[in-house]
Amino acid sequence: MLQIRIHGRGGQGVVTAAEMLSVAAFEQGRHAQAFPSFGSERTGAPVVAFCRIDDREIRLREPILAPDVLIVQDPTLLHQVDVFQGLQPDGYVLINSKRSFDELGLADIAARFRRERLITVPASEIALKHLGRPLPNAVLLGGFAALSGLVSLEAVAHAIREKFSGKVAQGNVDAASEAFEVVKNEMAELAHAQTD
Amino acid sequence: MLKQTEGSQAVAEAVALCRPEVICAYPISPQTHIVEGLGELVKSGTLKPCEFINVESEFAAMSVAIGASAAGARAYTATASQGLLFMAEAVFNASGLGLPIVMTVANRAIGAPINIWNDHSDSMSQRDCGWLQLFAENNQEALDLHIQAFRLGEELSMPVMVCMDGFILTHAYERIDMPSQADVDAFLPPYEPRQVLDPAEPVSIGAMVGPEAFMEVRYLAHAKQNQALLRIPQIADEFARRFGRASGGLVRPYRCEDAQTIVVALGSVIGTLKDTIDDLRAGGMKIGVLGIQSFRPFPLAAVRAALQGAKRVVVLEKSFCVGLGGIVSTDVRMALSGLQLHGYTVIAGLGGRAITKASLARTLTEAQSDKLQPLTFMDLDWPLVNRQLEREAKMRRSGPIAENLLRDVGSVASKVV
Repeated sequence: MLQIRIHGRGGQGVVTAAEMLSVAAFEQGRHAQAFPSFGSERTGAPVVAFCRIDDREIRLREPILAPDVLIVQDPTLLHQVDVFQGLQPDGYVLINSKRSFDELGLADIAARFRRERLITVPASEIALKHLGRPLPNAVLLGGFAALSGLVSLEAVAHAIREKFSGKVAQGNVDAASEAFEVVKNEMAELAHAQTD
Repeated sequence: MLKQTEGSQAVAEAVALCRPEVICAYPISPQTHIVEGLGELVKSGTLKPCEFINVESEFAAMSVAIGASAAGARAYTATASQGLLFMAEAVFNASGLGLPIVMTVANRAIGAPINIWNDHSDSMSQRDCGWLQLFAENNQEALDLHIQAFRLGEELSMPVMVCMDGFILTHAYERIDMPSQADVDAFLPPYEPRQVLDPAEPVSIGAMVGPEAFMEVRYLAHAKQNQALLRIPQIADEFARRFGRASGGLVRPYRCEDAQTIVVALGSVIGTLKDTIDDLRAGGMKIGVLGIQSFRPFPLAAVRAALQGAKRVVVLEKSFCVGLGGIVSTDVRMALSGLQLHGYTVIAGLGGRAITKASLARTLTEAQSDKLQPLTFMDLDWPLVNRQLEREAKMRRSGPIAENLLRDVGSVASKVV
């Protein structure tokens, strides 16, 4: 079972991101469960949402305490919430930021986990370009598809189109596709750097 | 058709497939998405003929449902928590009058302290109101139970509550199989009322009944619940034949064969329990879980049959009778009268506290070696409780409890889960 935890702030579409991810996994024939951590419905308050993906029925209902994947939609949370809590040793981390892990002051974290699985992507900027609004949620799913290969970009695009329609859907699909490419390139650079 | 959707949306679509003619609702979390979904289906003309009535309160919601049902319409509403309490008088009237309304209760705690999260306090507070109460383990079962509830309620002319865990199910996206309209139509015939307010053939409904017949009317409600004990499994079987999956029924055992310890539970926690029990079984523990799908009528015989081979029974419940202990436990004990069994009550998950596999495994391992307290509060923060007790012992003006405890706990915003 793959367990994904998404951190963000109220208004950034954290819950929608988890839901779309579950739709993408379903689209690829898998079982998926998405649910929010409830209660923090104020704009700007820290929000967590969860997604589980498996090849069989998912019965477990506890919050995700030991995630395989962390998606952080707002880097300002890094100093407020222990987002890395419980992260599996070989886990993936995707952070919405223009800055690198080292620039974010996360060198310690980077040392504890597999470096090639830790990526930042300027999701807000990419969203702003395609949507006119800095909504990073769908963009990061495109990045996650590139980072992990655990869902395809096509399935993410399908999920976006199921949730949104018209220009908003297209803008999000374009933004997710760009994030996919950005992350692919970053990963290639990381791999290159590691071989050096 | 298989789809990945939110529990509330799935229930809304399933209710629409049942062709309700009147839907009245007042929004309250975590039920709101269900009636919003239905409102959209009515407004778009997908669900017709159907009158969607925005009412001014939950009391009005149930009152409108009563009027609609008495006029021969298939009536539906949904509520939770304080909303259910606010409609309580009308809830009793609906069952007293024998009107087959179907209502979703998106289970949520009751205040004070105000709390929007899940537990079973709300529907348990209406345990004795005369409605049938069915509990869903997952979203597939939640939507299936609504289809069965209209069938069952209308056959018996009794109202049915379908209880689904608020947020945990209502707000969860998961895979569900949505039946076709043709299959639902074949399973659920048009509503044929036993009593109807019709200007062409005037009757009155709701007479005052004195000592001469009140007990008999009450007994007849009980007789209907006894009939439901027979009909619930039959309807579930018929449902399984038509739709190809098991949903509903009275009780559902999981790995109870040869089990020395059986956990009894209601609702979505059964899923987490099944995963826990698989782990414990893999470690050699002989343990199983008995899910109760029908809480009212309470299936005494089925519960007894399922549990009598065990050495101990742990009732894990998201409800709490202050001053006694378990609510479900009391009923389970009645089912077990005369049997020599170790019995434990575990109160868990009140007000949305997460019920984790780790805590369940620890608690059930203690039960297996009979080290568990007869009444256990799983994951209770004892230092927090004791600090308040000390405060109260020390001074008269100790202040409001909830505020004191929140101050002691500190900020929760920085916590991950």
